[in-house]
Amino acid sequence: MTDQIVAFTYLSIVASVAGLATILVRSPVHSALSLVVVVFHVAGMFVLLGNGFLAAVQVIVYAGAIVVLFLFTMMLLDLRRHETERTVHRRQIWLAIPIAVLLFAEVAWIAISKPETSENLKGAFPPQTIDELGGSAQALATVMFTDYLLPFEVASVLLLAAAIGAMVLARNPDEESLASPPDMIEDAAGTDESSEQSERELSETPATHG
Amino acid sequence: MSIPLNAYLLVGAILFSLGTLGVLMRRSVLIVFISIELMLQGVNLTFAAYGAFLEDMAGSMFVVISLTVAAAEAAVGLAILVALGRRVTEFYVDRLDTLRW
Amino acid sequence: MTDFPWLIPLFPLVAFAINGAFGPRYLKKATGYIGSASILGAFAATVALWIGGVHSDTPDFTLYRWVSSGSFNIDIGFVLDPLTVVMLLVVTGVSFLVHVYSIGYMAHDESFARFFTWLPLFVFAMIMLVLSNNFLSLYVFWELVGVCSYLLIGFWHQRKSAADAAVKAFLVNRIGDFGFAIGIILIFWNFGSLNYSDVFGSVSDHSTDLMLLIALLLFIGAVGKSAQFPLHIWLPDAMEGPTPVSALIHAATMVTAGVYMVARMRPIFEVSNEALLVVGGIGAFTALFAASIGLAQTDIKRVLAYSTVSQLGLMFLALGAGAYTVAIFHLATHAFFKALLFLGSGSVIHAMQNQQEMSEYGGLWRRMKWTYFTFLLGGLALSGVFPLAGFWSKDELLASAFFKGVADDGSWAFTVFWIMGLLASLLTAVYTFRMIILTFHGKPRNAELHSHSHESPISMVAPLVVLAVGAVALGGAVGFPPEHGFIHDYLYKVPGVYHFAGAGEITAVISLAIISTAVAAFGIVTAYAVYSRRQPSPEAVAAVSPRLYALLYRKYYVDEIVNYGIVGVTKGIGLILWAIDAKIVDGIVNLIGWTVRATSSLTRRVQTGQVQNYLFLIAAGAVVSVGAFVIFR
Repeated sequence: MTDQIVAFTYLSIVASVAGLATILVRSPVHSALSLVVVVFHVAGMFVLLGNGFLAAVQVIVYAGAIVVLFLFTMMLLDLRRHETERTVHRRQIWLAIPIAVLLFAEVAWIAISKPETSENLKGAFPPQTIDELGGSAQALATVMFTDYLLPFEVASVLLLAAAIGAMVLARNPDEESLASPPDMIEDAAGTDESSEQSERELSETPATHG
Repeated sequence: MSIPLNAYLLVGAILFSLGTLGVLMRRSVLIVFISIELMLQGVNLTFAAYGAFLEDMAGSMFVVISLTVAAAEAAVGLAILVALGRRVTEFYVDRLDTLRW
Repeated sequence: MTDFPWLIPLFPLVAFAINGAFGPRYLKKATGYIGSASILGAFAATVALWIGGVHSDTPDFTLYRWVSSGSFNIDIGFVLDPLTVVMLLVVTGVSFLVHVYSIGYMAHDESFARFFTWLPLFVFAMIMLVLSNNFLSLYVFWELVGVCSYLLIGFWHQRKSAADAAVKAFLVNRIGDFGFAIGIILIFWNFGSLNYSDVFGSVSDHSTDLMLLIALLLFIGAVGKSAQFPLHIWLPDAMEGPTPVSALIHAATMVTAGVYMVARMRPIFEVSNEALLVVGGIGAFTALFAASIGLAQTDIKRVLAYSTVSQLGLMFLALGAGAYTVAIFHLATHAFFKALLFLGSGSVIHAMQNQQEMSEYGGLWRRMKWTYFTFLLGGLALSGVFPLAGFWSKDELLASAFFKGVADDGSWAFTVFWIMGLLASLLTAVYTFRMIILTFHGKPRNAELHSHSHESPISMVAPLVVLAVGAVALGGAVGFPPEHGFIHDYLYKVPGVYHFAGAGEITAVISLAIISTAVAAFGIVTAYAVYSRRQPSPEAVAAVSPRLYALLYRKYYVDEIVNYGIVGVTKGIGLILWAIDAKIVDGIVNLIGWTVRATSSLTRRVQTGQVQNYLFLIAAGAVVSVGAFVIFR
């Protein structure tokens, strides 16, 4: 049992410190990397909770996809120039800190004062059932494709919409017609073509008369 | 389950509040974004903890859905940033107030 | 067979929508064909309705419920009885020909598509007016007809006179519509329903005085729309619109609305003899009054305009005499020959480069033979010469007034009205042939215009020919024998319509016919003597009494009286009210506006545009609500 306590203590302290680092560091890149630390340690807590599948998904999606997306964007935007600028709101911070502290106090109060876990609220998946099914992935699958089929489908539609939306938004409006490759060639090529055409016409006109 | 539920909820509360603080005080759009992800981490942890202690898969299901939403949000939000990058050079929330008009 | 009548108004409405949406930019000239085709479709649907037969006992056809408020229900519904069918045949038939004619007449106008947007809408409004089975939709489409007339009279709005005429038509109609609206409100107040069938069914439950009041108020509406004295002043000015519009207004779509309305409201008017007396009296007076003005006008379209006013007066005379079939019969024949005359005059004007003064015409008949012959036939029909259409209807019309006068029910005044009607038809014959002689005969008075004149294109001549056939044959075809012709038998299917008194006395009928024919012939001979042989010359006739001539020429100074009397007083009152409005009302409004602006310039500072300020508010809201949860759970 003690190893669990040790593990939890480690995970919670590192996650909190890394969270603090995420919002305090100057560079967005460092901030994103701190978020990766938070993500890994929260995933560790998922393991402690007996939900290995969720931990894996958390690492793959957050650390593997979302944070990488952030880093790519930062690379695209080239943020180095403004590193000397102030990083926090001068006035807003004096409002933000009390509000955040108050919020923490309230939520922590709820967290500490006895949460509802009475027997009659319990669901159909005690640890032994999950073990019988073969693990948390199988247990999640049994509900995801039965009771939560519709939300699952809706989530997939949401992802599709987000993917299309991201492409539309990020596309360069100056390069409107990716579909027609000839336009990608410089203007010079176009004028060449048209002059060629007019030359051809000129040469053909006398022929028809003759 | 030697660790009490309260401990997990407390960590979730810490992460959520830190995220809120980051959203409210940082000027960089990107860090505001990252702070939102931090808030989501806190929420996810709370969901997962409750799911485990109530012995219900709904908690895990919520985490999966929330991950999906986070991914979608990050994709669209960062796409907006990329589009924005064509027009402005500074990504500070307090400078981007054109929509007021 | 009565489940398709909604097609009739749908055709022009669709044409209006298409031409209005795509006309100016894409369709251009094609709008003319779309418009004409739509009216032809409506006409075909009407013919199908006619052949299919209508059920007089259950005429209501409900399309859908329009207003449903407690016990107050208004349906968009049609009343399908022979009266409707006859009106629809006239409206759609004549309108179709006018549309075809307009393709030629308006060919060079740059707003061609706009013209063919309003024209089908006009016809649509009129069709719906005729089809309505309740007072509310009658009123709505009554107004829509007014709006369309405004748009079309003012079609050439670049010309100030046209814009003024449109406003005048609209305002004068408003006066009539005001009475009409009050009448409808009274009906709803007393009957609790606006459906024809409910109202007409319970007329006998209410006092005669009330019914008289309602009838007179409704009649004010008819006076405005059908241009009866003293609200006739808009109609001659409406000549500022394009000639096809004049033809449409005069023959098919607008002025007939009043006649139709009175005929439709038959059960209300019949309750009191006084109401019928007023209708007949106004009609007879207007007929004589307008015909006398027509004698002295020099503008070809104005002559026709006063002629229309006069003929409508005769129709009201027949309505007053209780001869509804005759009034509708005359309406139908009049629609044909008046449309013919207007389109003919349009053809002349077209040829004479928009010159409308008859003093510039003369000797045109060699140059425009088709126009001349059709116009002559129209003129003969208008004068009531046997056996053209006008003879049958006008003769019957005067006979109905005569018999009403000699009947023993105290309406001796109708004998006077009959004499006035006879005089009116005498004058009708005179001014009609004065117009024909001045326009087509004699020497050309403006050689240059004359040398450029030419026959109009086929799309203009063809409707003239069709209308001429109608003007010649329609009366005899549907109105012979008198009072027992096809149209009479058809209209008698409407419950409550009866033959007017004395219709069976064959000797009396024939002698009355001879009298009216003699009167018409005398009028024509007079016109020939004065304007063609010049014995005595027109100048000599005018010199007999210069005052009378001036009186006629200036249209009895009605316009002047209205201008200086009513309009002047109204302007004075308006000036005072304007001062009150500008100083006091506007001051209050400005104060309110200033207060709002001052307040909002303070509160708008809340909106900083800073996302994080908003986020802060969100977070604060979360703190408050979570706090409430913590404290109060």
